[in-house]
Parts: sequence; structure tokens; C-alpha cells
Amino acid sequence: MVSQVLSPPLPQQLEGPRPLDPALQIRIYELMLTTRLLEERLIRMYKQGDGFFWIGGPGEEAFNIPLGLLVRKGRGLDYDYLHLHYRSTGTLLAMGANPVDALRQMKNTATDPYSGGRNFVGHSSIRAWNVVPITSPIEVQFSIAPGTAMAQKRANSRGITIVQGGDAGTAEGDFATCLVWSSRPGAELPILMLVANNGWGISTPASTQHGEKYIADRGKAFGIRTRVINGNDPEEAYHELKEAMDYVRMERRPFLLEAQVSRLYGHSSASGANFVKNEVDCLAEFEHKLEERGLLTRARMDEMRERITQELLDASRRVIEEPQPDGATVWNHIFADRNYVKEGL
Amino acid sequence: MATMVQAVRMALHVGETRLGVTDIFGEDVGPPLGGVFTATQGLKTAWNTPLDERGIVGAAIGLAMAGQCPVAEIQFCDYAFNTIDLLKLAGNTCWSSNGDWNCPLVLMTPVGAGIRGSIYHSHSFDAQATRLPGWKIVMPSNPLDAYGLMLSAIVDPNPVMVLLPKALLRVKAGPDELIPGEPEDDRTLSKMIDAPVGDRSSWEPRWPDTPDLFLPIGPLRLVRPGRDATVVTYGRYVPLARRIAEDLATEGLDIEVIDLRTLYPYDWDGLKASIRRTRRVLFVNEDTEITNFGEHLLRRTVEELFDELLAAPRLLAGKHLPGIGLADNLERASVPQREDIVASLRALCAETRSLSDFRAALALRLSKGNTDASEALALAYTRR
Repeated sequence: MVSQVLSPPLPQQLEGPRPLDPALQIRIYELMLTTRLLEERLIRMYKQGDGFFWIGGPGEEAFNIPLGLLVRKGRGLDYDYLHLHYRSTGTLLAMGANPVDALRQMKNTATDPYSGGRNFVGHSSIRAWNVVPITSPIEVQFSIAPGTAMAQKRANSRGITIVQGGDAGTAEGDFATCLVWSSRPGAELPILMLVANNGWGISTPASTQHGEKYIADRGKAFGIRTRVINGNDPEEAYHELKEAMDYVRMERRPFLLEAQVSRLYGHSSASGANFVKNEVDCLAEFEHKLEERGLLTRARMDEMRERITQELLDASRRVIEEPQPDGATVWNHIFADRNYVKEGL
Repeated sequence: MATMVQAVRMALHVGETRLGVTDIFGEDVGPPLGGVFTATQGLKTAWNTPLDERGIVGAAIGLAMAGQCPVAEIQFCDYAFNTIDLLKLAGNTCWSSNGDWNCPLVLMTPVGAGIRGSIYHSHSFDAQATRLPGWKIVMPSNPLDAYGLMLSAIVDPNPVMVLLPKALLRVKAGPDELIPGEPEDDRTLSKMIDAPVGDRSSWEPRWPDTPDLFLPIGPLRLVRPGRDATVVTYGRYVPLARRIAEDLATEGLDIEVIDLRTLYPYDWDGLKASIRRTRRVLFVNEDTEITNFGEHLLRRTVEELFDELLAAPRLLAGKHLPGIGLADNLERASVPQREDIVASLRALCAETRSLSDFRAALALRLSKGNTDASEALALAYTRR
């Protein structure tokens, strides 16, 4: 028994976004498919006892993949800083992350490049790409993001700060912190605030806790440009994200974008991680569109699905044989012996 | 002859001119006020934040991760409690990313009672701070130490918390606590670096030429050597303990005074050596006594040095009260006072465990192969 999707209707009826270049459509599809199949492999690993906990973002692919493709990827102030949340695997895959590394974090192996077996899956950290460690406390990234944005503004760089969270977390004070700190008069910050609104906080429907019609409206009081979009459509997401990012990059001012998305496997393994049938499945919808447009046949898509599924299955079999971290390593990296973040900047 | 708050200001000036400090910020930290205790007057990189402690700590983390060198202030540690979540993150960033990121920032905040600050301007933070793994925690007890520890905090690649004892912020340096290069006359210094009363819009400080004098994070300071008992303290109680030790010397009690200086990572080897010498120890601080940092030091003392002690080790701390009351009598009844420390030291020095029990315990440990005990056993047979 699942509840209905409770997000309010979008503020305007769009005629439908301009179609993207066919090659890009296929690229986005392949990444969406890989992300979904990776999440499903991770869930399977959890259910088979190859991991203690699963959390992720199936249902956010149509939004997260375009985001990852549009990021100015690199290290240092001239590139985008990413303060993501634990449903951001698709964004990282679109940036070029190796899906096998997510399997490693799921199995908490010593080879997990994000945390060495210390943290849950979905809690990535990639300093080489300005991806700051993803943490479990909800919304703290919205208090931290103004710091990287201040440094970027001061450096007159082209980089922007992107911070992403869900809808429930916007009730935390950190969200208000980000609104206030990014819009201080004369000190506005190049921050793109993203709210992936799936209408839920674990088991609690947003409609029972939030009186505001759109979360994005909260930005208006601060003079922050805002937008509410259909995050289940990858083409709309691509266009809207690009426009918002161009604005932040050029104007060096904040932007608050709310994307209405689905949550297709519940909150986490703690709520069963089973597929829900009454929310929009962005992947199925995009497949339908690609088929209609004659870009991919059902047979071709089935073939891709089969191939990626097999690759991830093979990879997971290898990963579960990889070494676990040694208990004695708990004492490593409590303190840094040098200033890594400053090196090479 | 700087006060501690002037010393902090001079250190921050060195920080922003020679050590790469990019941002000194917090509530009322920038002009015109320059901090409610004036610690940040006249600094080029000082700026005011919204009244939002979580935002302050968050911004410091973000700036640190973007390769900047931030020094953030929480106006009173009493208002840092809503930032614990973010303080934890600063402390676990390096560890949770398995060494991918470090988080080099300085957080300074005034702590403790002693200025009649009532319920929300008298908190201590040492117990909270030392429960934040991944942080280095320092607490100076005089202007020179404040200067040197701040410089070390600035260049450390990790989060460092500088706890400033409120009661000592405006106390002038002693003769052995001058910062090289500062004018000896406090009025001359004040004219150079204290903002004038009234309009300060065209005021510019004239900074004395003070050196890069780094006081390492970690080592304790032996304030006064003694033979009969060790007092281990930090911050506001250091000068008091020293004066008490000098007074008790006239009664024939020879008290060793240790200023811990760094609460984490603390100098256990130095502490152990002192406790082994005197074989009596009193820990003193003003935080509330339940799950107090002194309790940790006391536990280690008992576990590692029990057989070598001549008397039960003691902790003198603040009472486990919801706050420090405003009235003088209330504050005095809440945190350790001079007479409490004197009484504790007299009782400590008067107590001696039966020497035969003491020798038997040592011999037992020695028979189990604990060679550490041999030195203490030898001492037990030669002493007194």
C-alpha cells in the first residue's frame, strides 16, 4: 500500500521542452539506464547480504544525469564545487565516476575510493572533481556551500557552487542559512541551490508538514531567482539546469531550482527498497519517447539493459571478493599531515 | 605589555599579512566593532556575518575546502551548542573521506565564567570540545601563549579550536609573557592597536613588528616545578594555581603547576612524568563535573599510575548545575574558587596510602613482568 504522489501541479503548463540533439538523448538514456541498473544491483546486494544498508536515488535519474553532464568538472576554484546528497549517484556517473566504485562502497571494501569502507553507499567524496564528502545529516551541505561560493566569487573564477538536497530537509535551519548567506546585499554568491522534491521525508508526506506551495518560493523573499521544473523529464531538466547554471556562472548570483521528482524504491533499505508502481518512472517515460522518435528500438534498449545488467553482476561478484579494511586502520586519517586542499590550487 | 585579547589580535594580524589568513569572521567581528571583546579590531580581512552560528561554522568549512584559510569566531561558546553537528563534520571530514579531504580552519571562542556573565555568557566548552574527534583543542593561559598557539592553529592543516578564557582576556601579560617586538608600556600599545572610542571610520592601527613565534600544539608547560603534588589545569586557573603554589610554599608544601595548553592531542607523556615525580595529582577546571575532561585525565591516571600514587587523585571542577547564576555568591558557589583549590591541595598532600600496601602492590606488578614498576618500586623503598 503506497500513498499517492503529493507534489502540487507545476506552476505552468509547458508545451514540452525542445528535444535535445539525438546523440545527447541517447547518451542521457544510457546514463539513466546505467544509474537505475546500478541502484537495482546495489539493492540486490543489500538483500543478498552483501552490504549493510542501501540508500540511493532511483527516480531522480532524469534530473541528476543532466546535472552531471553540465557540471564544469575539475579541481579548484575555477571549477564547480558540488555539495551533493546521498541520492546523487547518477550525477557522479554522468561526470565519469566508475559504477564499480559504488559497488565497492556498498560492500564496504578497503578498495572503496570514497571512504575506504567507512561510509554507506551513496556517500561519495572526490576531491579531484571538487565533490565534497556527502554526509548523512540532512541539509548541512546548505550551510557549508556558501564557503566554497565565497572563495569562487572572490577569485573571479568561472566556477560555481552547486548544492543539492531533498524537500524534507528544507525544514532544517541550514536551508534558511543558505538563502540568507547567498543573498547578502553586495555579497551575493554564485550558488545554484537544487531541491529534488520527491514529496517525502522517509515515511512522512510533505503535504502533512509543509504549508508552502512551492519550496522555491522561499527564494523570492531574498530576491533570489527561482524555478520549479518537472524533474522527471531529462530534456526539461537539461534546458532548465543549463539556463540556471549559465545565470549563476555569468551573474555570480544565487539561483534556487526545485525539481519535482519520484522516489521509486522508497527511502532506503530501512523501508524495504521495493519498487513503487504509482509514481512516474522517468526511465520508462524516456524510453517511450525515444522509441516514438525512432532513436532507439525496444530491442536495442533491451539489449543495452541486458548488457549493463550482466556487467554490473560480474563486477559485483569481483567486488565481494575484494579485501575488507583492516581494523587497525581506524586510526588512519584522523588528522591530516599536510594541507591537501591547498595543494596545486 | 599586551592583554590576551590584544595578543590574539596581533596574532591574527600576522596571520593575515604573513600566514595566508583570508577571512576572519563572525558576529560583530568586522568594523565598526571588531568583536565584542575587541579581538578583531583593525584587521583587514575581518567581516561581519549574519547572526547565524551554524552559518559561521558552515562557511568556515566551505572556505577551508576551497583552499582558503579561515578564522571564525563564535561570540560566546554558550552559542556554539547549535553548531555541534557542523563541528562534528569539520572533525570527521578527513577521516570519513579516508584522507581525501582535510579541513584546515580555526574556530575561536571565549569560554568560562569570571566576568559575571550569568547563565549564557559563562559556559565552558572544554568537555564538549574534547568530545569532537578530529579537532585539535588549545586553551592559552597568558597573552604570549595565546599569540603563539593562534599562529600554530592558523598553519595547522586540521580544524583547531582556540578556547579563550574570558576571565583572562583583559589581564595584562606578566614580565615573562611579553611578545617579542611589542612595546613594554601598555599605554603605548593601546594607542597603536586599540580602536578609538567614537568614530573609527578613518582609524588605522599601527602594528608592532612581532615575529612568527609558533607555540607548538601538544606540549604542556611546566609553570612551576614542585615535589609534593601536581596541579594540572589550563586557561583561567593557571595564574591562580601558580599564586596558590607560591603561597603554599610558605607552609612547606611544594606544588608543581602544569598548564596543559593543548587539550587535544594532550601531552600525556609530560603529565605522566610529572605525576610520577610527585605521586599526587589534582586536576582543576571549571566545566561541569559530570563527564568532565578532567575525569578522562583522572581515569588514565588511575589506570596507568595507580600503584605509584601516594594519594587518591582528585578533580576539582564546576558543579553539575544548569547554569552559572548572576549574583556573586551564586557564581562563586558554582565554579572552583581559590579557597577550594587550597583546601583540595592541603587534603591531597596530607593523604598518604600505607607505604607497605604501596610496596606490596608494586612488587605484585613487578612479579607479573611489569618492568615499568621497577623504577617506582625502587623509589618506594628510598623515599621518606
